[in-house]
Amino acid sequence: MSELTLFMIKIAYLAVLWIFVLSAISVIRTDMFGARLSSGQQAPKAAKSKAKAPAKAAPKRRGAPTHVAVVEGGNEGERADLDQAPILIGRGPDAAIRLDDDYVSTRHARIAASGDQWFVEDLGSTNGTYVGASRISQPTAITVGTRVRIGKTILELRK
Amino acid sequence: MRTPNGQPGFLGFVHRRRRGAELFLLIIALAVGIGGYAAVGIGVDGAVPANIVGYGGWLVVLIVACHVAVRIAAPYADPVLLPVVAALNGLGLAVIRRIDLAQIEAVKGTDKAPKVFANDQLVWMTIGVALFIGTLVVLRDHRVLQRYTYTTGLAAILLLILPLMPVIGVDHYGARIWVDLGPVGMQPGEVAKVLLVIAFAGYLVVHRDALALAGRRFLFVDLPRGRDLGPILAMWLISLGILVFQNDLGSSLLFYGIFLTMLYVATERPGWLVVGGALFVAGALGVYSFAGHVQLRVEAWLHPFGAWETGSQQVGQSMFGMAWGGLLGRGFGQGRPTLIPFSESDFIMGAIGEELGLTGVMAVILLYGLIVERGLRTALVCRDGFGKLVACGLAVIFAIQVFVVIGGVTDLIPLTGLTTPFLSYGGSSLVANWVIIALVLRISDQARRPIPDLSFEEPSEAETTQIVKAVRP
Repeated sequence: MSELTLFMIKIAYLAVLWIFVLSAISVIRTDMFGARLSSGQQAPKAAKSKAKAPAKAAPKRRGAPTHVAVVEGGNEGERADLDQAPILIGRGPDAAIRLDDDYVSTRHARIAASGDQWFVEDLGSTNGTYVGASRISQPTAITVGTRVRIGKTILELRK
Repeated sequence: MRTPNGQPGFLGFVHRRRRGAELFLLIIALAVGIGGYAAVGIGVDGAVPANIVGYGGWLVVLIVACHVAVRIAAPYADPVLLPVVAALNGLGLAVIRRIDLAQIEAVKGTDKAPKVFANDQLVWMTIGVALFIGTLVVLRDHRVLQRYTYTTGLAAILLLILPLMPVIGVDHYGARIWVDLGPVGMQPGEVAKVLLVIAFAGYLVVHRDALALAGRRFLFVDLPRGRDLGPILAMWLISLGILVFQNDLGSSLLFYGIFLTMLYVATERPGWLVVGGALFVAGALGVYSFAGHVQLRVEAWLHPFGAWETGSQQVGQSMFGMAWGGLLGRGFGQGRPTLIPFSESDFIMGAIGEELGLTGVMAVILLYGLIVERGLRTALVCRDGFGKLVACGLAVIFAIQVFVVIGGVTDLIPLTGLTTPFLSYGGSSLVANWVIIALVLRISDQARRPIPDLSFEEPSEAETTQIVKAVRP
């Protein structure tokens, strides 16, 4: 095997190695923000449920909520506009609704929208987030007037 | 970025599955693995190895099995992790094969049996892939693991004690980290590191508020409360115990590093790093003052060529190899990587530096960087605290391990005995790392999966699969 052939093989192998590294990085780059949802192209899962959505969703809407309000507890009366969604609720300084409640975690829960629907999601809090009587373990849909309990505080969506 | 209804999306965007991109990367990864094997044959023997079809075919079977399992069991999982791991594992096999060929050459004519590793490594890779698929198929939701916080913690400690037991524990090259199970030996520490991450995550996710909020401020740092120091002191003692009783610098550093990083991530309090770092320095200095093997390691680090006569030639040989390799390397088969002791395991980066040069070493380090980045990215997008901490801890395992090993081989820090993930020869490590990747893929599948639409009274089956029954530890 001549010197030149060995050199070519060496360069070719290093090239393959680097092509792999660079393609991996380019996949990461295109993956950075996921899929932009346009009207023509939807995420497959969403498409499945959206297909039957419009017919049922339309009559269900009774006016969209505009803000979240604390209805019970130490911070009663405090509110946050839903325009700034997602809304962080907790004891920490970066929370949109800051609660002085010993049973609330620093970053307790989050309220955000998906489609027409508003969801409350527990962020791994110590004492949990309750919708009605049940502790939630995943994003749970809420409507105007649904009582969300966090520690000793109760919040709800308002029109 | 808005959903079709005109409302902002839940997180602003939806992840795609990207399985096609994964397949594309896997094909290049296979080219790295099989091409490396062919290049080794050409470089050493002057011809493509005769068993290239069987070898390449087996690699293809393993990788395709992984890909199909991911497609079925974790369709939204990260598309980059599996190809990167496949490429590293393939490259490692090729380099080990190259060192095997040199060993066979060295004993030719004598009646000594050569020490070969590549076949064993391929068997271990097969077991690793089987466990990878098994983990993805059996574990459908990582949050289930949180129920076993204390069970996994206890199992990890038992595994760590195992090598100290009289009959089964054995001493290899000074470190008592092996368990002899008849035909095969294994390092229980490799399994323990995965279990420890799960246990830490389960503990911290429950106790992080107490650890984060209590405490007092002193000299611009928030110092933690005295009684919260319990777990960190316990972990410090365990790490020191590993160092003193098992003579294993690397694992000790790894376990303590994982714990400290996860504590910091869970509490967002730099105070823990100050306290933990101080404890680490105190412990390290204490052990250095009376443990002879640690002093030898430090001596070989400070004077890699001066310690030649006393037997620590590894670091020096590895540096000579890398220097000879230069920018582009000697090419497969053209170097002398067998001069470095343990070039198939701890010092495989030295062998790569010699035959593939700085260009190859940088590619490998970048690939490790990508693994860590994808792990941390998974932690960022994951929606539950437990998953975040597990993903972060698993990524940190790779980060610490790669830093400690490559730092040791390149004489940046004192040499410690840790394996180079996926590259170096070692069954326990390879299998454990494949399981780690399966766990990260499982978490990233959960994290990237679009949020189920719950706005209707009757959810379909696909949507109800997200529900987990109360995850209480």
